Amino acid sequence: MRGGGIWRVRPYVRPYRTQMLVMLASAAGALVAVSTVPLVTEAVINGPIVHHRGGLVPLAALALALGVGEGILLFVRRWILGRAATGVEADIRNDLYAKLQTLPVSFHERWQSGQLLSRATTDLTLIRIFVGYGLIYLVVNTMTFVYVVALLLHLDVRLGLVTVAAAVPIMITGARFRRDYHSASRRVQDQQGDLTTIIEEAALGIRVIKAFGRHAVEGARFASMARTLQSSSMVAVRLRARFFATLGLVPNLALAAIVLGGGWAVSDHVMTLGGLVAFVTLFLMLVWPVESLGEIMAIAQEASAAIERIWEVFDTPPDIADRPGAVDLDRCEGRLRFENVGFSYSEGGRRVLAGVDLEVAPGETVAIVGATASGKTTLLSLVSRLADVTDGRIAIDGHDIRDMTLASLRRHVAVAFEDPTLFSASVRENLTFGAPDATDAEIDAALDAAQARFAHHLPWGLDTRVGEQGLSLSGGQRQRLALARAILGRPRILVLDDPLSAVDVHTEAKVEAALARLLERTTALVVAHRPSTVALADRVAFLDGGRIVATGSHHELLSTVPGYRAVLAQDVEAPAGPPAWEATAV
Amino acid sequence: MSVDLATRWRGVAAEDAEVITAPVNAMLRGRSRRLLSSLMRPHVRALLGATALIVGFDIASMAGPLMVQQAIDRGIPALTRHHDYWPLGLTVLGLVLAGAVQASTDYGFTYVTGRVGQDVLLDLRQRVFDHFQYLSIAFHERYTSGRVTSRLTSDVEAISDLLMDGLQVLAWAALTILTVAGILVWSDPVLAGVVFVAAPFVAVLARWFRRESVKAYRATRETIALVIVHFVESLGGIRAVQAFRREPRNQEIFAALNDAYRGATQRSIRLVAVFGPGVKAMGNATLAGVLLVGAIRVEHGRITVGVLAAFILYLRRFLDPILDLSQFYTLFQAAAAALEKLSGVLEEEPTVPEPTPGSATLLTSAQGRLDFDDVTFGYRDHPVLHHIDLHIPAGQTVALVGETGAGKTTLARLMSRFYDPTSGSVRLDGTDLRSIPRDVLRRHVVMVTQESFLFSRSVADNIRFGRPGATDEEVRRAATAVGAHQFILSMPGGYAASVGKRGSRLSAGQRQLISFARAFLADPEVLILDEATASLDIPSERLVQRALLTLLRDRTAVIIAHRLTTVEIADRVIVVSDGRVVEDGPPPELLSRPSRYRQLHQAWADSLV
Repeated sequence: MRGGGIWRVRPYVRPYRTQMLVMLASAAGALVAVSTVPLVTEAVINGPIVHHRGGLVPLAALALALGVGEGILLFVRRWILGRAATGVEADIRNDLYAKLQTLPVSFHERWQSGQLLSRATTDLTLIRIFVGYGLIYLVVNTMTFVYVVALLLHLDVRLGLVTVAAAVPIMITGARFRRDYHSASRRVQDQQGDLTTIIEEAALGIRVIKAFGRHAVEGARFASMARTLQSSSMVAVRLRARFFATLGLVPNLALAAIVLGGGWAVSDHVMTLGGLVAFVTLFLMLVWPVESLGEIMAIAQEASAAIERIWEVFDTPPDIADRPGAVDLDRCEGRLRFENVGFSYSEGGRRVLAGVDLEVAPGETVAIVGATASGKTTLLSLVSRLADVTDGRIAIDGHDIRDMTLASLRRHVAVAFEDPTLFSASVRENLTFGAPDATDAEIDAALDAAQARFAHHLPWGLDTRVGEQGLSLSGGQRQRLALARAILGRPRILVLDDPLSAVDVHTEAKVEAALARLLERTTALVVAHRPSTVALADRVAFLDGGRIVATGSHHELLSTVPGYRAVLAQDVEAPAGPPAWEATAV
Repeated sequence: MSVDLATRWRGVAAEDAEVITAPVNAMLRGRSRRLLSSLMRPHVRALLGATALIVGFDIASMAGPLMVQQAIDRGIPALTRHHDYWPLGLTVLGLVLAGAVQASTDYGFTYVTGRVGQDVLLDLRQRVFDHFQYLSIAFHERYTSGRVTSRLTSDVEAISDLLMDGLQVLAWAALTILTVAGILVWSDPVLAGVVFVAAPFVAVLARWFRRESVKAYRATRETIALVIVHFVESLGGIRAVQAFRREPRNQEIFAALNDAYRGATQRSIRLVAVFGPGVKAMGNATLAGVLLVGAIRVEHGRITVGVLAAFILYLRRFLDPILDLSQFYTLFQAAAAALEKLSGVLEEEPTVPEPTPGSATLLTSAQGRLDFDDVTFGYRDHPVLHHIDLHIPAGQTVALVGETGAGKTTLARLMSRFYDPTSGSVRLDGTDLRSIPRDVLRRHVVMVTQESFLFSRSVADNIRFGRPGATDEEVRRAATAVGAHQFILSMPGGYAASVGKRGSRLSAGQRQLISFARAFLADPEVLILDEATASLDIPSERLVQRALLTLLRDRTAVIIAHRLTTVEIADRVIVVSDGRVVEDGPPPELLSRPSRYRQLHQAWADSLV
């Protein structure tokens, strides 16, 4: 067994070490009890029955005591297991979630959510099974094997050796089965994943499929994948069938050998009749521990892989965290400065931003305009440190934002994204995200400003659940709620990434009127794709090729910067190779 | 406390209010049974074969202790007294034979049930998949894609688990319990009586366990579902979480949900902790009783030592299946719940039915003339369109304009028969859409929506979706026609490049161009564009605009747009308000007089400065 990774789980097991010891002790006790019963049987047959001696009732009482004792010990073990194993699982899951929350956005962009989820569910279940079952039985079954074999050898050396010999092919088959079955079921899992992708896309793309009448094509694609999966599953079925057949065969052959040899021994008076019966009973007791040894090894191996996968997350350093001595900026005036800011996603990778210099005065609103993939969204995400600058610095009121605590930075800076994230929770919960203490009056004011009063008219008002698991809202409604969320905390600095792209023209005008009042007192950076959004700003900064190439008023830039016209004016002919199409999104 | 926390922040949603009453429950069960029997019917012979195999297996595995008994009572005495090897030799041979039969029937049984399980699974998957595809858009609007996916994955797998593992356990356990009971009675009725004293106690325990484990199972499923939703959503939206310092609150919620799940798991483990050892202890007590009574009976010469030994060996086999049955019950519950949901889906009827073969019109070629005759439509009780009369001649480009909720999208959806009108009729070239088979209609009428959904396949595959079987050259021509050729070539791999997960490697404008190329390749007589340019930035919109000119040429086109740029290329504007057509005419004419269109146009023009 590769134990390398498996011991990393030790700190989580340590709080339950007393329970683990009790579990082990009761498992061992139960083992002794259950293996003593055949010896009592032997005593009954050899004593009271064959030789008509007395003492039957005490022996039967002993068997009863041992039997009930086994039951009690089993109960104790499993009862404790319920607490300890689920405790280990829950503790790791809590820590994993806490860790994941501290990891930066770049980490989450790299990892698919399915992979993280499988760590938090399937992998942790494997660990629970290992801690509660595998670990205990690994010890207990090894103990059983050694103990029973010792008893068997004591009863009869030659027959005992037959038993040991029979264990060898079972273990070999078990090991081989484990290996083959592992790769077969891996293939089945992969193909299941492929099939799931087809299913998901057929569900999400149902309108397109219907619009083009492509049911037959998609159905055929699904059918062929499902058939491939079926034949892979049959490989696994065949492996299992063969394995279980072997498991059934070997003990029977060994039993035949024992009966033959035992019969001989009894007739030679080397062994008693009761001894043979006890031998056979004990031998049958061995079948399960030997069989399950393979399974337990597999559990240990799977748990070890699961632990490796989980610790991969634990071992990831949090790139964005409070520096030692970070200051908690209590009051904030709202002066935002970009000083020679550069950014690239990987070391030596393409520079998304280079040498960005920009100063936003307290209360000023600056619009950021640029073609697709010019780095606008990246620039915004640097302000609340969802990513860190790779060159230069960003300062608020003269403090490098990396010297502020994350909590205070994010208290002063609020963001609304173009793709608004609503969670499967009540509207209220979604709104008070950054301001849990907000009063109803404040919530109403924010909803008013964002033209999101519709929230009051949802079936359960602000208690209505929205998001994936709740009521579905239109893109425009979601954007307006996200905007309300951003302004609710009364932040000093507001960062808005094209916050109204999905809102219709009429509503947009109303939201902008309300926003304009709000922005008089707030420092704001707004990514804009349309002149109407630009109108909110006091000043426009034009981003091209990762740099700010011009700043000024909308009309100034329209008349002096051709690139700006290409991006924002409705009536120009596009230049030959518009930058929007050069780079595909990362 | 955890319950309170788990409910309050989540808010309220419609499905929470569903309460299942007794008659509904009976209906659900009948529905599940019908589905199950239709799935199993083709496999009756295989299942009969499997039954024969398991009976063979059972007989062979029962032979072991009998042979041991024979060896003790006959073989060994014969050898000891008469030096006769034969009786012992024969029993040993019998053991070997039994082992061989046991192994081969075991193999056969596992294989056959596995085969049946896999076949049923394939059958079920295809039925459910095809049915989802067959159901109307109205269904998919209330049934989220997440639910479709879980029907086709976890629910189908629950049934597969039952068929593959559960049936085997059930057949084996039931058969073992019956045969062992038979053998026990046959070998010594009095000793068997001792065993059966324990039966009512075990039955009571099993009944309690079954009832409690139903609840425990449900609790685990429900609590883990909440853990998963919170986990996926909050980490999927990590930008918002971190930007708004939501981590502590999330951790608090997660810890509570996680603890609820832990509690539920602990409870189900503890149920087994009572049940398993309980059965075991009762069995052991029975064994002690058998030993006592058996010894007395041997002493009195009523039974032999061999019988007693065999009896003890059989007794062990009597108890294990009872424990296995409880494992089967868990699988059974999961499968029953899954079956209930799946049968529900399969009994859904499309709200837009196919024409019967007799009444179907196989419109082989179409001109593209669309007529709405007195069309009224509403979603449930909520009326959306009132008595619409609208006639669009072949080849015309029509723009539908109006405020959100005016009914534009509904009009478009009626044209492509995503819905049927409540009254009145929609006709293509004079033929009612309801009498045109689905696949024929889709050849002539195609709708492109705002979302421009792309599949996680190559660029070429996505374009070819418009006309499967199109050559590479045709795909290229379609891309060139809408102006997508250049950026496709600039991607590494060109047309063979993957678009990433649902087009994530492309910008919104690029995705829209690909979806235009797809529509261009399909070459329908009628093309409907619903908000196709809404979320694009201006340079992208300009490109798309140019592509539109090519795309719309020589066909009937209906365009819905908020941004009126798109509308300017139309021959005719129709202003919709409150489910009625309020203005209808060429754009210059509508602009020349005081009209709603002029107001909308003015508001839009203002937003551009």
